[in-house]
Order: sequence, then C-alpha cells, then structure tokens
Amino acid sequence: MRYLKFLLPMGIFLVLVLFLGAGLRLDPKEVPSPLIGKAAPAFTLAQLDDPTHTISRDDLLGKVWMLNVWASWCVACREEHPLLVEFAKTKLLPIYGLNYKDQRAAGQKWLSDFGNPYNASLTDLDGRVGIDYGVYGVPETFIVDRQGVVRFKQIGPITQEVIREKIEPLVRKLNG
Amino acid sequence: MKKLNHWCANSMAKCLAQALWAILLACVTGASLAKEALPASNDPALEARMLAISSELRCLVCQNQTIADSHAELAVDLRAQVREMLQAGKTDQEITEYMTARYGDFVLYRPPFKTLTAVLWVGPGAMVLIGLGALFAVLRRRSRMPAEQFEPEEPEGPTGTP
Repeated sequence: MRYLKFLLPMGIFLVLVLFLGAGLRLDPKEVPSPLIGKAAPAFTLAQLDDPTHTISRDDLLGKVWMLNVWASWCVACREEHPLLVEFAKTKLLPIYGLNYKDQRAAGQKWLSDFGNPYNASLTDLDGRVGIDYGVYGVPETFIVDRQGVVRFKQIGPITQEVIREKIEPLVRKLNG
Repeated sequence: MKKLNHWCANSMAKCLAQALWAILLACVTGASLAKEALPASNDPALEARMLAISSELRCLVCQNQTIADSHAELAVDLRAQVREMLQAGKTDQEITEYMTARYGDFVLYRPPFKTLTAVLWVGPGAMVLIGLGALFAVLRRRSRMPAEQFEPEEPEGPTGTP
C-alpha cells in the first residue's frame, strides 16, 4: 500500500511516455487511404503524348498495374523519377502515369529530359481524377489488381525500400 | 526617416490619419483582390453554404487549416468541387460522404464516433472525471482524519528545506 503511492504515478507516467513515444514515430503526413480494398475510381483520360487517344480504367482490367501521380512542377517527383525509370526496366508491371494539373508541353519536356518510365501518361489537367483518387501530396503511387481494386498506396516519393519490401512482394502475390 | 518627415510634414494627428487611410485602403483593395481570385458564384446563400461545409473539412496539404481557410491549390479545387456539388443540388451529407470516401475520416474536423475514435471522444472527459473523483476521495478522507494525524505546522528553516 505504501509503494502504491509511488508506483501509481510512475505507472501513469510510463503509459504517457509510451503514448508520446508512439506518437513521435507516426507520420501525420501519412493518412491511411480509404481507397485501399475498394474499386479504383473510373476515369477516361487523354494520353500525354497523343491527346486523341484516351485510356480508361476499364481498359486496364485484367492486369496488375501501377498508377504514379506526377507533375513537372513537383520537386519530389524529380527526386523519385530516376528510381522509377530504373524500376520500369525490371518490367515487373505496367506503369501508368497520371500527369496531375500540369501543362502538356511541360510534361512532355520533362519526360524527354529525364526519361520515360511509363507505358503511357494520362493527362489530368483540372485535377478531377486526382480528387477521385484522394491525391493530396504528389507524387503518389497506387497499385491496382486484376479486378480493378486498389491494393496499395504510397504518399510521397517511393524509395528503394518501398519497392523491395512492399511493391515487389505485393505484385508477385497479386500475379500469383 | 527623411521620407517619413516629408509624409508627416504637417502634424502628428494628420500623419496618423493619413497612415490609417493608407492601411484601410490597402485592406480594402487586398480583400477585393482576394475575392477576385476565387471563381465565386453569384449566389450568396450558396457561397455561405459552401464556406460552412468547407470550414468543417481539413486541408490535407496543410493539415491544420480548413479547406475554407487554405490557399493551397488543392483547397481551391475542393472548394470549387463543393460549390459545384451544391449547384447540382447535393445535400451537405452527400458532400461530406464524397470527401471521406476519397480522403478518409481525417478530412473531417469532427471525426465520427466509432470504436476507433471512441478514446478520442470519451478520453478527455473520462480523464477529468477520474481526476475529480480522485481529488474528491482524497479530500474526503483528509476531512475525516483527526487533527493529530497531521504534522504540526513548522516554521520554515533558514535554508528553505522542507
């Protein structure tokens, strides 16, 4: 009973420390996407290199694919880009770009300057499709399965670790 | 300083008045400029509803601002989206659902009450209740203790040690 007087505040303090410690490790920028496990929002968008050609979500049903949201004005995209170009060479899965709120000419120049990892880039000039996908921090990366269900979302640049530990195992699993 | 002297050549009062006019003018033109930047609709009632809804939504780019407050491009887009949905006759609830379907409960400044958020909602109240309960219990026990159980008050020592 005498010890309780000391142990109780100590216990409460330790619990607080645990909570605060866990809080420090969380990244408030990483908001869990409600889209995971749900159907990828539909879109029909013109291609960046050829506006007369459109691609819709349903065209991509039946394969596992990656959607990478990028823009020429996006600094973090530039940081991510070489990695994406490298990753595209492995041909693990088709990569589609969503050129988000960009200008067509600027987007095309960006790809010719820094390399084009995309099977095709789709132009989302007014950011509508971006809103449908809950995009708020470009670059963002989604992986969609054969049934058109979103399985993974990365907010911010993908890294070597994310590719190795999350994307590659997931794609292998989905391709079964 | 010379410039100021020139500005305030006549008297301090007149100078102050001039400065106030300048500030007022800057505010008014600034405000009207800010308004021009928004593709606002002509319907003030609709604008008011749009602002009411967007002040309940968190801007995910800047996190501690509402969509109504933020100048981030995404917030501008989302305000336009809210406005458009209102014009299409959607209810407030439909718009909130539209936003949470895309950005999750995190966009709501008032998260819904569910098992995941129960601690968030109940926690602070429960803490206060526990604290008050403990305080009450201690005070009651002390008030019932006979006076001789308390240590007699001692005058403070010269070094101030308890």
